[in-house]
Amino acid sequence: MTPSLASFQDAFVDALYGRAPHDSRVAAMAAQPGFAVYRNTVFQGCVDALEANFPAVMRLVGKEWFRAAAAEYAAQSPPTQTQLLHYGNTFPDFLAAFEPAESLPYLPGVARLDYFWVEAHSALDEAHVTVGDLAAASPQELERARLRVHPAARWRWFAHEPAYTIWRANREGVDVPADLVWEGEGALLARPSSKVVWQPISIGACAFLDACADGCDLESAANQALGREPGMDLGHCVSSLLMAGAIAQVEKRPPMA
Amino acid sequence: MVLPHLTSSALGAGLGLKPQHYEDAYAVAQHGLWFEVHPENYMVDGGPRLAWLETIRSRHPLSLHGVSLSLAADKEPDAAHLQRLKTLIERVEPALVSEHLAWSAWRDQYHPDLLPFPRTQEALSRVCANIGRTQDTLGRRMAIENPTHYLTIPGHDWSETDFLSEVVRRTGCGLLVDINNVFVSAHNLTIDPMSYLDAIAADAVMEIHLAGHSADADGMLLIDSHDAAINEGVWSLYQYLIDRIGPRPVLIERDDKVPQFPILLDERRRAQSVLDGASVGVAA
Repeated sequence: MTPSLASFQDAFVDALYGRAPHDSRVAAMAAQPGFAVYRNTVFQGCVDALEANFPAVMRLVGKEWFRAAAAEYAAQSPPTQTQLLHYGNTFPDFLAAFEPAESLPYLPGVARLDYFWVEAHSALDEAHVTVGDLAAASPQELERARLRVHPAARWRWFAHEPAYTIWRANREGVDVPADLVWEGEGALLARPSSKVVWQPISIGACAFLDACADGCDLESAANQALGREPGMDLGHCVSSLLMAGAIAQVEKRPPMA
Repeated sequence: MVLPHLTSSALGAGLGLKPQHYEDAYAVAQHGLWFEVHPENYMVDGGPRLAWLETIRSRHPLSLHGVSLSLAADKEPDAAHLQRLKTLIERVEPALVSEHLAWSAWRDQYHPDLLPFPRTQEALSRVCANIGRTQDTLGRRMAIENPTHYLTIPGHDWSETDFLSEVVRRTGCGLLVDINNVFVSAHNLTIDPMSYLDAIAADAVMEIHLAGHSADADGMLLIDSHDAAINEGVWSLYQYLIDRIGPRPVLIERDDKVPQFPILLDERRRAQSVLDGASVGVAA
């Protein structure tokens, strides 16, 4: 009996990834020089996709280092979905555990910000709330209102290193500033129109966005933000988030009975 | 029955659409011009990429040429992928939809290539079932592209052209004849490309692909690399096929070392002139 198509495909994947193929047809194919074309194309496709998605990482470490790391990642974590546009969501974690990257503690953060760009770029199109929209609501209405975060907004606080400044310089293709201070930083990426934009944000603003994303009302989100950053100017924080396009909607709720 | 080449008669010679050419593609106006994209690159929730595709679609006919439906995998096509494809089709109303006679997604992993398989009876049933399911879900006919070959595969029950004809007969799908793939495979497997083209069912051909290729490091194998101008041998086979079957929508693929847009337009003009010559011949 002829072995099945499924067993052929299992064996072909084994051969692609350098394992012994348990199918005589695949063994005969893997012995031909042409088999390398498939192996190269598969890995090249993965590495190219990572190169497209992580440009700041690549600029930091150089093409050769990047492609070696990307090939190792591709062998460990082949794509699980057919849209390579989104390949590499665990690449930052891979870099955090990647021994050759040990001396570059900011690299996973830079990779995370590259991936935030990918997500922000293809997120759902939606309008965003302006400062004027918010000013039109009464303070009573606002207290219990919820700010719904825009689908393109991505943010994170990097506690131990200036990942944002390093990412930004490499994303924009300029030198990291000579006066770089080695301290924690926050970053916000958003897409208020057709372009992804970025800005630094404080630890309190990150906590505020976290709370909004968790569904907290404005009062509770403000308390959480102030808990993380007691001296923060909350009004300034909210208006800068609005100007960045980070908020999609003010969900007003009726006053409590 | 409506003949396939009449349903898409407005399509002459088209170009693969690259992001660096969005503005040029939007602005250009040429008789018969259309554009083709991989739907996988536009299966996103929103953003500028999708907005560009819709903008270009407002000026030009569009074709969706899938690379990852994995029709020859021994499993049903991924339902979520089919749904995303259907959503995109509803959004941009393409003139043509096509896929490959190959597999790439298997056991929850995606291997980004068009992988080969032995053309057995079992594979024939599986491919036909998968094409049938896809056409039923999408509610339209699709074209299936002949693959490029680099290997001698043991265990075929069918020649490729007979396999494709049988797939057409059983599912009602059409064919996308990639002439560069025929040229490259004919070189790598030492077969006669003209006999291959002679065996293609003329009525089934919905689309033709042209592209450039390159030799591998040893110079032994040709690679379907889409990184060069179209080779003269490929141009001759294209003329040969059009002489036999008449004009069909033809597309130039260029995915690497992509030149300036006007250079692609020059290649397109040459492809269009072959169609125009054949139309005159048919009319006479």
